Amino acid sequence: MTEQFKMDAPATERRLDDMAQGLVGAPLDRPEGALKVTGTATYANEWQIEGMVHGVMVRAPGNSGRVVLSNREAVAKMPGVLSVIQDDRLLRNPAQGTANKAPVQGAQHATYLGQLIAIVVAESFEQARHAAQALKVTLENGEMVPVDPATAAVEPQEDQTLDQGNLDGAMSEAKHSVDVVYTTPSHSSSPMEPHASIASWEGEDLTLRASYQMLKYNRNELADSLRIHPDRVRIISPYVGGGFGSKLGLAPEAVAAAIAAKELGRPVSVALHRQQVYEATMRRSETRQRLRLAADSDGRLSGFGHDARVSNLPGETFAEPVLQASHFLYAGANRKMSLELARLHRLCAGSVRAPGEAVGVTVVENAMDELAHEVGIDPVELRLRNIPEKDPESVKDYSSRRFREALQSGAEIFGWAKRPGVKERRDGEWLIGYGMASAARINALMESQARVTLLPDGTARVETDMTDIGTGTYAILGQIAGDMLGLPRDKVDVILGDTNLPPAAGSGGSWGASSSGTSVYIACEAIRRQLADRLDVNEHDLMLKDARATYANQTKALTDVLQGDEIAKLGHVLPGETSDAVRQATFGAYFAEVAVHAASGETRVRRMHGSFAAGRILNAKTARSQCLGGMTFGIGMALTEELTFDPRDGHVVNHNLAEYHIPVNADVPQLTVELLEERDDWASPLQAKGIGELGICGAAAAITNAIYNATGVRVRNYPATLDKVIVGL
Amino acid sequence: MRPFDYIRADSAEAATRQVADGGIFIAGGTNLLDLMKLEVMAPEALIDINRLELNQIEETEDGGLRIGALVTNSDLANDTRVRRDWPVLSRALLAGASAQLRNKATTGGNLLQRTRCLYFYDRAMACNKREPGSGCAAREGFNRILAVLGTSEHCIATHPSDMAVAMRALGAKVETLKEDGETRQLTLDELYLLPGDRPDRETVLEVGELITGVVLPARVDGRQTYRKVRDRASYAFALVSVAGIVAMEDGRIARADLAFGGLAPKPWRDAQVEALLVGETPSEALFNKAADQLLAQARGFGDNDFKLLLARRTLVSVLTELTETRT
Repeated sequence: MTEQFKMDAPATERRLDDMAQGLVGAPLDRPEGALKVTGTATYANEWQIEGMVHGVMVRAPGNSGRVVLSNREAVAKMPGVLSVIQDDRLLRNPAQGTANKAPVQGAQHATYLGQLIAIVVAESFEQARHAAQALKVTLENGEMVPVDPATAAVEPQEDQTLDQGNLDGAMSEAKHSVDVVYTTPSHSSSPMEPHASIASWEGEDLTLRASYQMLKYNRNELADSLRIHPDRVRIISPYVGGGFGSKLGLAPEAVAAAIAAKELGRPVSVALHRQQVYEATMRRSETRQRLRLAADSDGRLSGFGHDARVSNLPGETFAEPVLQASHFLYAGANRKMSLELARLHRLCAGSVRAPGEAVGVTVVENAMDELAHEVGIDPVELRLRNIPEKDPESVKDYSSRRFREALQSGAEIFGWAKRPGVKERRDGEWLIGYGMASAARINALMESQARVTLLPDGTARVETDMTDIGTGTYAILGQIAGDMLGLPRDKVDVILGDTNLPPAAGSGGSWGASSSGTSVYIACEAIRRQLADRLDVNEHDLMLKDARATYANQTKALTDVLQGDEIAKLGHVLPGETSDAVRQATFGAYFAEVAVHAASGETRVRRMHGSFAAGRILNAKTARSQCLGGMTFGIGMALTEELTFDPRDGHVVNHNLAEYHIPVNADVPQLTVELLEERDDWASPLQAKGIGELGICGAAAAITNAIYNATGVRVRNYPATLDKVIVGL
Repeated sequence: MRPFDYIRADSAEAATRQVADGGIFIAGGTNLLDLMKLEVMAPEALIDINRLELNQIEETEDGGLRIGALVTNSDLANDTRVRRDWPVLSRALLAGASAQLRNKATTGGNLLQRTRCLYFYDRAMACNKREPGSGCAAREGFNRILAVLGTSEHCIATHPSDMAVAMRALGAKVETLKEDGETRQLTLDELYLLPGDRPDRETVLEVGELITGVVLPARVDGRQTYRKVRDRASYAFALVSVAGIVAMEDGRIARADLAFGGLAPKPWRDAQVEALLVGETPSEALFNKAADQLLAQARGFGDNDFKLLLARRTLVSVLTELTETRT
């Protein structure tokens, strides 16, 4: 019983505003939260399966050449060792998000230092690790290969090129202009849970217990990698200890575990070492971005130029979509944009924490700050003056956009009016500065399915292969189903993360909640209709609350309506014409106060505020947490995070959490978040847009702009570590 | 991690013999176990000294403190006597690692922790410290965190300890027991070796020689501080750190005991820097002269060039703080 719904027209009914149960939007706890913090949620690598053995992967020590395992036979005879496997189906690098097919495979040739080219399997993890370390890997006939994006050959991305009007003319005629180059370094997703898989076969059927974000794609990627039919593959991933994009696509350990398990006829567990997560999963590409802004005497933009260079491995099509929000954020009749991709031999570049906007909006917001100083107006005012009426390129309307309100309300809450002038405020040895930036992120609805079953006992079950990567999926799907079916939250059981369940959109691109939430909503609407039929009333006249149906001045328990039956519906949502009919995006604004030490140049963020508008908020607590997380990573991007590469061979030098500096508690001050009321009828019947990544899309610029305000120093190469600040103090 | 034997030592004497037979002492293990998992270190045996009676902090006859080698960093940092009379040590300890690590890490182990040079930790990279004669990949690699003083063409690693920097400023002495039963006292200057052409040899300790404790001399007059400059607010190693004990008399500097971390393969102290300050009236010009002296022999290797400027600015700032008149 499938209920299919295609998003072809605005959903103006806003039914979730009228549901009596009142769950949607409430700041409810995550039902699986207690399991996670007490260690009772079973993560991928924690399953204990009868007969299970352990695999440890082995890295290539260089970036080019044919792989030779010179002591393979000796290693195979080490205590406990069951097999040393070098198989052409091993992945060269992970699949990109939504790839749906195998990425580049092969273990015979090294393409980057750290590539995982073999797996050693032993009875115990310790035996496997020792044997893997004993395996001598050499590379024959290697060549000099490019590892530096500044000198590597580049490929223009023609589909990303825009030339509207005459930017050069606008720049030369502008009263005020900014023409600046910023760089951002590579970032690593650094999830707390490393990538891990346990593969077990029953005959020709493979079960993979793993940690992935998008199971329906991952299943196809795994099947394609192994050259078997997807029906033979089941992936189970109920809990994911953080992904941040690195678990969108299938990673090397999954295929290695499957190959080894097949060969040995035993379940095989493979967890990547932290170093391997840094060296062989995904990095965000470093970027070099040139911003050109042309403005009149009032700061109104006449031109907007954004040219970026990013990089990736040979054969990979993903190019960090730096320009994504530049197309619609600000006005400017004359527009020029381009993106080029450098080919080099560092680990694969892919999706990490809001690909595109996290670095793209950040640099736009730095350039806007520079322009505000050129023009001599309040940076907030500059942005307010440049909010376009319609999309400045497609001339489409915005689906919903409380951008102006976010800027104004955020400024009010933060106390922006009391901002100091440049180098004006001091607190002992600390220089104090304020900075702000806008936030913007595209919104998307993706195909997604969920089955909802209303059971005879008056409880409900939601089933989908959707994942919860710590974002609150378990919570919000239960809230939507509870509201639509009139059930308290604890009467709805949400079952996720299993490809045997209806395929969902997966967690990524901030689309998970609205897409999978809509599939649940659609299924529930169908159940409501069936209940109404049983009661012989119009579905819209049926009020469901606390497992009771109220209609036509009567109230009846749901169990009595069901009379021992269950009602199961499959909700299936498809994106439709609303995706292209309007410009859909989320917006917001960040405000930060920093202190920069006058002697050492160390920066401490003293407080930070974000005001965001992302359509209907499905759960005020989990939405706020997403924003806090994004802003925290914004602090990291601004001040500390940089994946560093050896200049000679391109290997990741800082491949652990001690040296890859994500913010620690002491780096994160009081953060405040305001979620603006908004309904987006074009986005989905929930009127919700994605909020998962909005918190990072520009956040770092608020901090670096504050550093400028405190010190007069513009750091244009991220991160703003103290060495870059002290040279200007 | 290679298979290894595990032996729990019953006495310090037995422990020294057991290590002399091919083992390595383990106390907190906060650095050693990481290195063993990476097979950067691969001892035949671990000699566990945690049951030895070396976890006391006692007052010495001359008003100092004897700190047992097994006193944890947390206990030492929070000892009321240390906080009152040797606050530079307490501050240095609390600036190091994280609370969890400090609960486990010991005084002796902290002194002997290995460098954080990223090339040392990667067995695919040349490292004279890990594998003598293999070369130094760090020198022309990414060397931002590495040393600018006391380096050699064979090694530019830094010593990562904060605690040892404070102890060096305090003139602490390390007490040891050798395999033959002999005991000795070493200043921190004497304990640590510069890399020269043997960066694998980091201390003068002989095979089997066990650090049993550290003796702090009696408290001295003056202000004390530990300033650690780093890339994030916690859980990051020092780019530059300064331990300072400065006393003033009649507007002149009467004492200036200064030690530096993050700059060199050992906690760094330069008697000429101190001599230049003592007897003088504080001024920014004077402090810069002190920095000139400190950095006279310093050289960067590219990414770490900024440490020269940072060390200067930090020293001037610390001396300003320690000499300024408080109202």
